[in-house]
Amino acid sequence: MAVNLTNALADLKEDEAIAIVKERLDKNDDPMKILDDAGQGMEIVGQRFADSKYFIPDLVYSGEILKSINELVKPKLTAGGAAKTSGKVIIATVAGDIHDIGKDIVIFMLDVSGFEVYDMGVDVPIQKIVDKIKETGATVVGLSGFLTLAYDSMKKTIDAIGEAGLREKTRVMIGGGQITPEVVKYTGADTSGKDAVEAVAIARKWMSAK
Amino acid sequence: MVKEWEEMTPAEKRADLDSKWLSPPGAEYANAEAEKAYKERVQRILDAANMKEPDRVPVVPMAGFFGAYISGMTPYDVMYDYDKLMSSFSKFVLEYQPDGHLSVMNSPPGKAHDILDYKLYAWPGHGVAKEHSYQCIEGEYMKANEYDALIADPTYFFLTGWLPRIMGALDGLKMLSPVTNMTEMYGGFTGAALVPFGLPPVKAALQALMDAGDEALKWIQTVGAFGGAMTAAGFPGFFGGGTKVTFDTIGDTLRGTRGIITDMYRQPKKLLSAMEQFTPIAVKMGVDMAKLNGCPIVFIPLHKGADGFMSDEQFKKFYWPALRDLMDGLIAEGCVPFPWAEGGYNSRLKVIKDSPKGKVIWGFDTTDMAEAKKILGDVCCITGNMSIATLSVGTPEDVTNSVKKLIKDCAKGGGYIMMSGAVIEDVPPDNVKAMIDATKEYGKY
Repeated sequence: MAVNLTNALADLKEDEAIAIVKERLDKNDDPMKILDDAGQGMEIVGQRFADSKYFIPDLVYSGEILKSINELVKPKLTAGGAAKTSGKVIIATVAGDIHDIGKDIVIFMLDVSGFEVYDMGVDVPIQKIVDKIKETGATVVGLSGFLTLAYDSMKKTIDAIGEAGLREKTRVMIGGGQITPEVVKYTGADTSGKDAVEAVAIARKWMSAK
Repeated sequence: MVKEWEEMTPAEKRADLDSKWLSPPGAEYANAEAEKAYKERVQRILDAANMKEPDRVPVVPMAGFFGAYISGMTPYDVMYDYDKLMSSFSKFVLEYQPDGHLSVMNSPPGKAHDILDYKLYAWPGHGVAKEHSYQCIEGEYMKANEYDALIADPTYFFLTGWLPRIMGALDGLKMLSPVTNMTEMYGGFTGAALVPFGLPPVKAALQALMDAGDEALKWIQTVGAFGGAMTAAGFPGFFGGGTKVTFDTIGDTLRGTRGIITDMYRQPKKLLSAMEQFTPIAVKMGVDMAKLNGCPIVFIPLHKGADGFMSDEQFKKFYWPALRDLMDGLIAEGCVPFPWAEGGYNSRLKVIKDSPKGKVIWGFDTTDMAEAKKILGDVCCITGNMSIATLSVGTPEDVTNSVKKLIKDCAKGGGYIMMSGAVIEDVPPDNVKAMIDATKEYGKY
């Protein structure tokens, strides 16, 4: 039995990772410490994805393993879990588009990277996103869209953020299968990211530049 | 004496489909000029498909509801009113004059899906706005522990397991016995298997199917009338049929992305076994339609094998063998597989170089086309990549420049068809015109 949860998760060894967690919980190990080790494993997963050693299946599967770990650890947690200290990010699939796979992977990676993520779901009306920025004070917004109809929804959403006087303090990143630099320009977004790891890197950069 | 299909070699089957496409039996043309134009267009596409130089690069925009938008209609209008479907999609072909059309099949009959309480998609007026196209709602419509049932009898699983989940009105089908039980009267075999057909929930499901069938019949008349009218005017349909690679069938519509990904790790053998079981079914789907339509090209939209969606090792294990088998199966039946690689396929080019030589058309969305030509140039015809982003937010001049670059990168020696990288919906009409006109102007050999 390996003793290293971080490596077991990083190497996607599900059975091993779960066995280690169970063993450590039986020994009354600090649940927060277990989650920390799992978090470090996820960091390695993210790094391997950025290095093109891992791909979407690896990312999604690591999420499944992490979900099982969380379910085991959760009942033993006295406090609410790890504090989200990286910053607030709003993520939404824009109006008219109901695709959620890419959006959900981005949310998952932001979440494990310590961001407080507001998942607004799919087909999100423009005004709701503007209201959410006001309500949460989030300074980073990620807009997702798979279809070409999303170009206009993204543009209108970003325009509305501007009309509400929030554009100065809000950075907007967009993502989706058909996003190119010319679409970034068209929509008025600050930038685009090609995948979930890039979304985390962009959000981190913007948060640290505040 | 004419040979039966079953007795023909693959080459004879292909020749048969090609000749039916070039000279559709019973076709009536508006005039001699239209007939000449029709044959020239088919020959242009066939030359490109056969990696020869046609008179010029063929241009076939991947039009979705574009015809509706330019007619001031919504996708809802044409999915529910077949006269509007006919007039608007005809307007696109007759006014823009592409080398091939994509039928009206991509505008499905809305009402039939209303009747069935279809849950796999949201469509105009039914989950998405009337102004937008339909979109898939992925879910886990097959559970992780149902592979054995799927493998044992795909048809029975579809009928009693899957259909009731994706079509609310077909819930009663859950009660059906396998029709393969109806071996004989002796022993009460037939009697027992007939019992479910007397149960009210099954009757309700069958009634819903009959009602949806009535609607589909109305729709298919428009599909047929459109094809006939376009042929009469000199415009061939581009696709004979369509099918899907088994990894995508299971990933898109049965297990969902998350489901199939976890299966890749937790039960890879079952996944591969189900894919193997399903491949002949996928081949038959494409072949039957191609034979019916008398056109060899079979569309295979590719989803989950794109760059980033899996590693090269995973692609070689889970995706490519199934796609290769599918293509081989189609070719053996005289068809031309048209795998359509959505997203990027840059990391896959070296793998797909192993495609059957001279017998397929590879379509690309965002793949680097100069690289694709370099790697696949002596293997097969390539197509696509006119950027949907540029078509959507660029100017006609941007589009013309993209067309010129694509012709420069891909057209040398033949074997290239100009196509958009993704489906054209509500796109500025002048940009689509620019795509077609620029290809006609700069694509001459």
